[in-house]
Amino acid sequence: MKDFVYMDYNATTPLRPEVREVMTAAFDIYANASSMHEAGRRARAEIEKARASVAALVGAPDPGTIYFTSGGSESNNTVFMTMYDLGRKGARRKILTTAIEHPCVMNSAAYLAEEGFPVVYLPVDSCGKVDMDSYRRELTPDTLFVSVMAANNEIGTIEDVREMAGMARAQGAFFHTDATQAVGKIPVSVTDWGVDYLTMSCHKLYGPKGIGALYVRKGAPITPLVRGGHQENGVRAGTYNNLGIIGFGKAAELAAVDLPSFSARVRNLRELLKKELTSRIPHVKVNGHPTDVLPNTLNLSFPGAEGESILLSLDLEGIEVSTGSACASGSLEPSHVLIATGVGPELAHGSIRFSLGKYTTEEEVLYVAEKLPPIIARLRRMSTLSPVAPACAN
Amino acid sequence: MDAFQWLYSDTVKDHFTNPRNVWNPDEVFVADAEGVVGNIKCGDQMMFLLKIKDDIITDLRWKTYGCASAIASTSMLSETVKGMEIRKAYGIKPADIAAKLGGLPGNKIHCSVLGDKALRAAIDQYLEKRGRAGEFKGEDSVVICTCLNITDKDIETAVKAGARTWQDLQEATKIGTVCGGCKVKAEELLHEFVHIYF
Repeated sequence: MKDFVYMDYNATTPLRPEVREVMTAAFDIYANASSMHEAGRRARAEIEKARASVAALVGAPDPGTIYFTSGGSESNNTVFMTMYDLGRKGARRKILTTAIEHPCVMNSAAYLAEEGFPVVYLPVDSCGKVDMDSYRRELTPDTLFVSVMAANNEIGTIEDVREMAGMARAQGAFFHTDATQAVGKIPVSVTDWGVDYLTMSCHKLYGPKGIGALYVRKGAPITPLVRGGHQENGVRAGTYNNLGIIGFGKAAELAAVDLPSFSARVRNLRELLKKELTSRIPHVKVNGHPTDVLPNTLNLSFPGAEGESILLSLDLEGIEVSTGSACASGSLEPSHVLIATGVGPELAHGSIRFSLGKYTTEEEVLYVAEKLPPIIARLRRMSTLSPVAPACAN
Repeated sequence: MDAFQWLYSDTVKDHFTNPRNVWNPDEVFVADAEGVVGNIKCGDQMMFLLKIKDDIITDLRWKTYGCASAIASTSMLSETVKGMEIRKAYGIKPADIAAKLGGLPGNKIHCSVLGDKALRAAIDQYLEKRGRAGEFKGEDSVVICTCLNITDKDIETAVKAGARTWQDLQEATKIGTVCGGCKVKAEELLHEFVHIYF
C-alpha cells in the first residue's frame, strides 16, 4: 500500500511519467516560439504538434480551432467575455446556463447579470440532468448564448450536450460546454456534439497545471480576455508557455489512446467501491445519475454524519477525498450542486466525493471500503441527527 | 498555525479522534438540564446535557452533528467545565477553548462557538427551571438572536474583539445563521457599538 490513497482525481491528477519525461526534456526548449530564428521555429513546431494532439482528443479536424489558455477558468471566462462584447452591441442578450456549473461559470454569469444581461440558471432534476422543459421554454429567440457543462465535477452527471447544442443552433444561439471533467474520461467530439466553444484543462489529464485550451468553432466570434501580442492569432496574448503546452500535447495524445481501457477499468473500480460501501454502510444515498455518470466519480451522502468530519477522519487514515459540506468550503452554504438536485441540506453537508483515476487499484478501493464504515458509525453515534434512510431510486 | 498543521496538532487530533464526554445513546444519562443549538441548514448542531448539584457541573455529556473543529473544541470545553461552578462555566468564551487547543485557523473559529452556546443554553434552562432566569446575563443584557441565545453583550464583546461587519459578527458569534430574523436589530447594535468604541 502506498502512503496515501488518492481518490480526488476530479480535483487534480498527478503528472504521468511519460508527460514528466517529455516536459523534462522541454526545459531546454526555451526559445520564444514567436521568434523567427531557428530555435524559435523549433519551439513553435513543438507547440503546433501539441495543438494537433489536443485537437484530436476532442475531435476537432482543424488544430487552428484550439487556443491555449492558462486553464479551464480562463477558457470559460474568455467565452463569457466574448458574449459580453456581443451582447452589449447586439439585440440578443439572454444567457442560459445551469444551476450546477463550476464557480468560474457561475461567477462569470453573475457578472454579466450585474451588467444587465438577463441570465437564467436552468434547474436540474434529482439526478443532476438539466430540466429539458425549462430549457425549451427559456430558449427564446432573444437567447444569445447557452453554457452547459459536459459533466459535473461533483456528482459526475453527464449532460445531453449534443441534444442541447442542436436546440441552441436551431434557435440561432451560441453554445458553449465546459468539458473540463469530461475530456479524457468519456468520448468528447466537438463536431459530433456541434458546439461552438468547448473548455478543457490539462491538469485533469495527468498533465501539468496552469495550461488549458478553448476550442472555438471556425467562424464563431471570440474576444480576447488577455490583450497584447499576436500569439494564438491575437485571441490570447502572452509569450507561449512552451513547457505547459508541450506537456499538454503529450497528456492529450496519451489520454486519447488510453480512453477506452481507462474508462472500462475505472468504471469497474467505481462499481466495486459503490457496491462495497452501500452494502457495508446502512442508509447511504448515491448522488448523481445512475447511468449517465463519469466512470470515475462516486458521490455518496451519509445522513447523520457531517462531511468535513468524514473527510478528516479519512485523511487521518491516509485517504484523500472531497466533500460538499459547508464547513470544508469556509462558507455557511453546502454544495450548490447537491442543493440544486434537491437532496436537502443534511445530505449535502454529509456528502463525500470519491473520484478515482488511472493509478487507483482494487486494493485501494477495498482499503477504503474497510476504513470508512467504522468512521461513519462513530460519527453517527455521536450525532444529534439520526441516520434516516432517504428514499433512493439509484 | 497553518492550514496543513492544524488537524495534526496533537491536542486537536486527540480530541477529534477520541472526544471526551460524548453521550453514547446506549448510556442512560439523567440530566438536570439540556441545551440544543444550531440548525442542520447551516451544517452543524450541538446538544449539551448537564448534571448539576449545588451549582456545580458534576457530570455532562454532549453530541454533535458537526465538523472536526466543532468536535475537538466541544470535547475540550466539556473537560474544562466538568466540576466547575455554573457561573464560571457560563463565562467561558470560544476563544478560551481555541487557545487550549493550541489555536484554530481563522476560518475554523466559527465552527467552535456552538459548544459554548449549547452549554449556555443548558445552564439557562437549569436557571429558568429554578426561577433564576437570566441570572448570569447581567441586568441589562438582552437576547437578540433567540435561535442561538446571543445577547447584546455578546455583540458588544465581538465588536470589541474586532468585528466590524455583519460577516465578521457572524464569524465571531454565528448570529443570524439559523432563522436570520434578528439581522436588522443585530446590525443596528453592531453599528452602534462600532460607533461607540471606535
